[in-house]
Amino acid sequence: MRLEAESLATGYGRLQVGSGISLGVGQGEILCLLGPNGCGKTTLFRTLLGLLPALSGKVRLDGDDLTSLSRNTIARRIAYVPQAHMTAFPFMVSDIVLMGRTAATGLFSRPGSKDREMAMVALERLGIADLAGRDYTTLSGGQRQLVLIARALAQQAGIIVMDEPTASLDFANQSMVLAEIAKLARQQGKHASGILLSTHDPDQAFLLDANVALMAGGGIAAGGRAAEILTGEALSRVYGIPIIVEKTPSGRSVCSTGLAG
Amino acid sequence: MRSGFSFKVLFLCILLVLLCVLALAIGPLRLSAGEILATLRGDGSDQAATVVWQIRLPRIAAALMAGAALAAAGAAYQALFRNPLVSPDILGVSAGAGLGAVLGIFLSLPVFGIQLLAFAGGMAAVALVWLVASAVRNADHTLVLVLTGVVVGALAGAMTSLLKVLADPYDQLPAITFWLLGSLASVTPEDIWPVLPAVLIGLVPLVLLGWRINVLSMGDDEARALGVETGRLRLAVIASATLATAAVTALAGVLGWVGLVIPHIARMLVGPDFTRLLPVSLLLGAGYLLAVDTLARTISGTEVPLGILTAMVGAPFFIWLLARGRRVWT
Repeated sequence: MRLEAESLATGYGRLQVGSGISLGVGQGEILCLLGPNGCGKTTLFRTLLGLLPALSGKVRLDGDDLTSLSRNTIARRIAYVPQAHMTAFPFMVSDIVLMGRTAATGLFSRPGSKDREMAMVALERLGIADLAGRDYTTLSGGQRQLVLIARALAQQAGIIVMDEPTASLDFANQSMVLAEIAKLARQQGKHASGILLSTHDPDQAFLLDANVALMAGGGIAAGGRAAEILTGEALSRVYGIPIIVEKTPSGRSVCSTGLAG
Repeated sequence: MRSGFSFKVLFLCILLVLLCVLALAIGPLRLSAGEILATLRGDGSDQAATVVWQIRLPRIAAALMAGAALAAAGAAYQALFRNPLVSPDILGVSAGAGLGAVLGIFLSLPVFGIQLLAFAGGMAAVALVWLVASAVRNADHTLVLVLTGVVVGALAGAMTSLLKVLADPYDQLPAITFWLLGSLASVTPEDIWPVLPAVLIGLVPLVLLGWRINVLSMGDDEARALGVETGRLRLAVIASATLATAAVTALAGVLGWVGLVIPHIARMLVGPDFTRLLPVSLLLGAGYLLAVDTLARTISGTEVPLGILTAMVGAPFFIWLLARGRRVWT
């Protein structure tokens, strides 16, 4: 499975948000999307998922033009993890995760016992099986985010798109989710996921040793391996404040800023 | 609260049967259980046969259908609009049906003509809302639907008022007022048959699409990313709910609060999973409206319009639900 964008222009009707965007992520790869607020990350995600028509250019899933695929087919190939949200109704966690099996379920049926098993496995993998019977609306932001990731796992799509998956997580859960993302991408052969995630923390790209697309002004300012792209100079230019990248004694790269202004 | 689903359904079914027996028994002519059974078998007195077959049974059937249809439509709309405070009227079906019926009375049409116009008015109002909302591009479709529903509802309300002003104040106006308040008092056996298939055709898709309706309540983007064709599903749900609501409104007039309150109680009983919520809403709605209608015809010498009672029972009950805590909202 491979998700590719070819010179994509994104936006809403006449309002163009991004243009000239080309990127690709395949199974076993992690692509981190970095960029300041309002640079068009969410609009790009919605376009890549086929939720928003591209203004120009193409999105391809395994070579197939996204616009030629049904929602059901797209959902079997690419899963979406939104930012942790509230639902209107107090669904049980197991039901929320089971919704990941919708694309594999007939139009008029309910997911079966096999699907329930898959939902439980997904919860177990993230270490939150004990939440299965809980009311989703009573969970903390971090727990809800983990549940939404579990739902994407249950969907069993080759590509997972995550919109700031660590934004609402505490320190420990952030590193747990990052570790899980790394594990997903490193599985063997066709079980490996391709992961596209947006984040506001460049350190995560270093930590994941990921590919990076650095966005600015609606386009991709630079793309490549985190270690090559994320220099203090490039980050300073994109975010408009002085940023330095240093090596810790253990050899890891970290970013730091002063107090801007 | 969510365990024992089959037990709860069974319990509600038994309750519903008991209610039906009670509704058959009480009224100006009281019937014992033995008399009811004999009449149903065909060997009761002539008077009992007339009361049971011509008056009480049709009325019970109408109450069951109307309650079930309104509760189901309310549950479906609440999921669709991701809001537990939505009622089946939200897209203007009641306002449109009201206008149709009032026009029928104004034109001095026979009863069936009035019912047909009411049904057509309800369907047309929602169709208009759907078409207008679909023509608006680059906006949140659900939000535009709700706003257009408010607009179309207001327009239909204004035209209804105009017809009331123009109507004959001695003959037509009381009939209009009574119809708009909702009542099952004049239901005949012949009224049931055209309404029943419309209600069934409306309810079947809601039963079949239950799981997808759950997913739809996650919001448009998420539902689509999970593989649901939200546009078509939304149209199917709205068409089904409108068909059932318009049909029972044509029969019974405007009955408020049933479609708002009943899904809440159902959700408290079995949780929000629509595949469970719908059957429980159907049973509760049917039972509730039957109970209220039985009250309406026995509480005093003159018949109390049903719409007044559903509001007088429903509104305070809803406040009580709200006061019990946040579970109601969710």
